[in-house]
Amino acid sequence: MSTAHVTTIDTTRPGIPLSRLVKVELRKMFDTRSGFWLMMSIAIVAALATIGCILFVPNDDLEYAVFSSAIGFPMALLLPVIAILAVTSEWSQRTGLITFTLAPNRGQVVLSKAAAAIIVGVVGMLLALAIGALGNIVGSAINGVDTVWDFSFTDVVLIVFVNVLGLLIGFMLGVLIRNTPAAIVAYVVYSFLIPTIFGILAEFQDWFDDLQPWIDFNTAQAPLFPGGNGVSGEEWAQIGTSGLIWFVIPLAFGVWSILRTEIK
Amino acid sequence: MARVRHSGAMITVEGLTKKYAGFTAVDEVSFTCRPGAVTGFLGPNGAGKSTTMRIIAGLTVATKGHASVNGVQYRDIPNPGTQVGVLLDASAQHAGRTGREILSISAATMGLPTSRVDEMLALVSLTGKESKRRVKNYSLGMRQRLGIANALLGDPKILILDEPANGLDPAGIHWMRSLLRDYANRGGTVLLSSHLLHEIEVIADEIIVIGNGRIVAQGTKAELLHTAGTFVKATDASALANALTAAGLAATPSGDGGLRTEAAPEQVGRAAASAGVALVELRPAEGAGLEEMFLELTADTQREAKPTEGVTA
Repeated sequence: MSTAHVTTIDTTRPGIPLSRLVKVELRKMFDTRSGFWLMMSIAIVAALATIGCILFVPNDDLEYAVFSSAIGFPMALLLPVIAILAVTSEWSQRTGLITFTLAPNRGQVVLSKAAAAIIVGVVGMLLALAIGALGNIVGSAINGVDTVWDFSFTDVVLIVFVNVLGLLIGFMLGVLIRNTPAAIVAYVVYSFLIPTIFGILAEFQDWFDDLQPWIDFNTAQAPLFPGGNGVSGEEWAQIGTSGLIWFVIPLAFGVWSILRTEIK
Repeated sequence: MARVRHSGAMITVEGLTKKYAGFTAVDEVSFTCRPGAVTGFLGPNGAGKSTTMRIIAGLTVATKGHASVNGVQYRDIPNPGTQVGVLLDASAQHAGRTGREILSISAATMGLPTSRVDEMLALVSLTGKESKRRVKNYSLGMRQRLGIANALLGDPKILILDEPANGLDPAGIHWMRSLLRDYANRGGTVLLSSHLLHEIEVIADEIIVIGNGRIVAQGTKAELLHTAGTFVKATDASALANALTAAGLAATPSGDGGLRTEAAPEQVGRAAASAGVALVELRPAEGAGLEEMFLELTADTQREAKPTEGVTA
């Protein structure tokens, strides 16, 4: 140790670049046993879903779209949980005490967590889709049918986009609630209960039926799922307005509150 | 907004107040810490020590007042871990990470080489095997060592340590004392808190005593420990009290069944001798003042009922 002698602190050193924080946040997502297996579960779940398709889907129907949708379903729960934990563990494990002491710019820390979660989401989805593609080849070979790739590049982009959007919703809830179990429950309510309520409302109230895609984030996202006729300009606008209500505003409030809250 | 006050002060706290709904955790606290000295922050649990330290490190926003580090706010220091080492709670760690991994994350955040992690592990005597264990399997003492390693990682000029001696065994406390002494001797600034008077007495050069959010005494150790008068103790306390009263010496109860008086030890000895009271202790009342003050402070927050005397006699 070669401390001290100079008894003033140095305020001219470079700050912590965002890229370094993103790397650190990525590392923190993998470096515990539970974190590591949560990440591994992306590949494991994708492999299980693929094997399930080969075993149980009738041979004639075995095409890539089947694999990708079977993989997409569990990802819709897994990726948001990963994003939730990236935020909430700073509070539940109280590591925020060190994180925010070493990097007092809390906005930068939140941003780097978002970036790390998106990287994991995109890479994870591409990996899962690759496992599905492998299943499509193997499955059709085993069953002696032609390999069918009824899945366009746009479909790939959309399914990755939808799942990253789901991950970001988890991230937003983590930022807003900052408590692991509560944020996970909130995600389930958000993505399963609220759409059901909106659906019932739209069924019985005509005035709401037209309004729904503009204010219901879930319904607005429907055109994004593969197999549709593409996304129209109006549909993008609906994703925008409903996303503002259900994503942008709560996220902004959550970030604002993290910037001010006491880290204990 | 560099506020340069009290030239040479490395930590400056001015009129710091933190109010929560219904109570004031920190109340108009002001002090400075100078380089080359260990400043001890002494107070019972819940006195406001941790809150003050969190405010200095920018984790808690003060209701009123300022805290600055060498003239700047902590959060305005670029890469602050390389300037100020902070340990706020040794238990606040991800239980599933290994000790080495925790230091590696901090090193990566600060942009330090991993060799620095090995140096710090060696410094706090955590073996290679221990460093690869998960923190949930660490004793509190090991967590403290890890926390101190984490605070020293960036080779800072200032150390802020909240209850670092908690959970350390006597050898560990001795080790920490020499580590901090050495650090201060080389020009470093140390602010450490404790709820144990003895710990602060042996480590600190300057002492700040806090109770119920307010500073009740502060000064150098010599100033605070210096108390005029005499401490005296006899097996028969009431006979001693009578003897002192008879000799015209005013005395107040002090410490463990003893008495303290402003008179010189010789006068007290004569008074006891003439009354035929056998003494078990007679000495200048050094430090007794601080101890009384501290006992009084802790008595207010004492949760246990006072033990009834003489039941098992």
